[in-house]
Amino acid sequence: MSTEIDRQWTTRTRKRMVSAFPAEKLLPDTQPSYVASWIYVFGVTTLASLAMVILTGCILSIRGPVWWHQSSEGHFVNSLHLWSVEVFFFAMVIHLWGKYFMAAWRGKRAMTWITGAVTFLVSIGAAFTGYLSQSNFDSQWISTQAKDGINSTGIGAYFNVLNLGQMLMWHIVLLPLGAVVLTALHVVLVRYRGVVPPFEESSKS
Amino acid sequence: MELLAAIFNLNHYGRYFTWHWLNISIANLIVVVLMVIVFVTALVAPFPGRAKRKGDQ
Amino acid sequence: MKKTFRPDVDAPEYRGPYSPYDILKEGTIAFVVVAILVFALAIFFGSPDEPEITIKAWANAAPLDFAQTALSELNGTSISASYGAPYNTNATGQQLGPLTLAKWVGVRIPINSANDFVISPLRALPSTPSLAADLGEWSSASPSKQSAWLQAASASESKMGFSFGTVTFPTTKAGPVPALINDLTTMARSGSLDQSLINGGNFYTTDYTKPLLFISDSAYLGDLANKQHLLGTQWGMMNETGSYPGQAWLWLYTTLYQVPPMSSSSNADVLVFAIMGVLSLLFVFVPFIPGLRSIPRFTKIYRLIWREHYRNQKTA
Repeated sequence: MSTEIDRQWTTRTRKRMVSAFPAEKLLPDTQPSYVASWIYVFGVTTLASLAMVILTGCILSIRGPVWWHQSSEGHFVNSLHLWSVEVFFFAMVIHLWGKYFMAAWRGKRAMTWITGAVTFLVSIGAAFTGYLSQSNFDSQWISTQAKDGINSTGIGAYFNVLNLGQMLMWHIVLLPLGAVVLTALHVVLVRYRGVVPPFEESSKS
Repeated sequence: MELLAAIFNLNHYGRYFTWHWLNISIANLIVVVLMVIVFVTALVAPFPGRAKRKGDQ
Repeated sequence: MKKTFRPDVDAPEYRGPYSPYDILKEGTIAFVVVAILVFALAIFFGSPDEPEITIKAWANAAPLDFAQTALSELNGTSISASYGAPYNTNATGQQLGPLTLAKWVGVRIPINSANDFVISPLRALPSTPSLAADLGEWSSASPSKQSAWLQAASASESKMGFSFGTVTFPTTKAGPVPALINDLTTMARSGSLDQSLINGGNFYTTDYTKPLLFISDSAYLGDLANKQHLLGTQWGMMNETGSYPGQAWLWLYTTLYQVPPMSSSSNADVLVFAIMGVLSLLFVFVPFIPGLRSIPRFTKIYRLIWREHYRNQKTA
């Protein structure tokens, strides 16, 4: 007979979460022995790069969006931010190639693939708004060119790439939030379903 | 703060590789070629701990 | 009834051995390696910072180009003036088959190039008798009179010159237009047009729509971009200023602009976006697309990744 406490949202949610994600699943100490290839390091490398992107972005935020034009320390932090983005995309694309050739969506892992793919697309948006936020010639050129593509879809009426304030806020608030939430979902799904097993090697496959 | 200036100055007009319809900057070409090299290396390079994993069988 | 095993959709249940795995150590090592790599790249290569172009710099470097652009704003022939939605209704805009998406959304960022880029900034200047007279003559004239002046000015555009700080128009039939263009050029060369366009009389702003549209209507910005290999015809979308790596991940988007029909179409942008939209959906939904989801199994690259597992299976 369920009590009032059993029927609470909190109790029911907690029980479902603990059942789906016992501590050993969230912080495992073993993994299947077939995880034995360097291709597997690119997921965590992508995560580490994302952490660097956010960390360096936070440092840039401390002194504001034009600091990097005015001081060499600021310019150096900008360089760290740019190169962590390059490493992020480098690692993410290799991770994507690896996961594609492993057909990593198999075994009810379609949502893992989908969250990863959407994160990739959101990251492109985040990088694009980053380029627009540079407040230099590159921003001027990229914004005036990109406006034609975005305007042609009708989206440009609301997403004005020539509006620095709007683009900066998409870059430092909305898109990082999206990227982090999607990445968290992606990682949680990997923990939930586990790493995809190898294809069966038989005369049938 | 010259210590923070880059060692290699890339602030000059870039060089480009053109081949038929392809037109790519040398910098981008290096990045793409590096990606392919790293991907292939990751696939073929031996992964350490094989003897240990064999012991877990 | 037993479900058929679909090798591209289902995964076999793994009953094999497990090995020790330190997830926190792996994450820490990855972060340290990435941090060292990023620091090294930043120390070795830095990052680009090509200074922005002000209207002042443009008008001083290329005063004739500025004056001709200003004339095109006044006579409605500039790119911005004849753009269509979201700035105005002076063009239908790009079409995707029967769809005119931008036009349907309508004018949400209203720009009247003659007023916004020429007349209003001049009105914001401290009034002088000559400026007041020129502006008065312009605004009190009928549309057909204004049109006649603009036609005369435009007809002589190729013979316009710039000497001793003055834009010269080889015509006497353009009414106050030469004076207005000269006043605007002087305003631009002093730097006050930048501020006037940026905040239009307000104090704070973060919206650079007007000055950016004005500058992008010029040949000047495009010439600078050409030198940096940033034009669309130069695959510029992938490139960065200087010799830095750019956005290699935009390779497919950039390539589509180079191939027919997009390479010569006035609807290139909406066509490219539509194709990229479809390809993005295909990419996201690969797990559900027969054929596309079978390529990994047929190419057998996975045999390199799991070679140790298959070897162990054989010996076991």
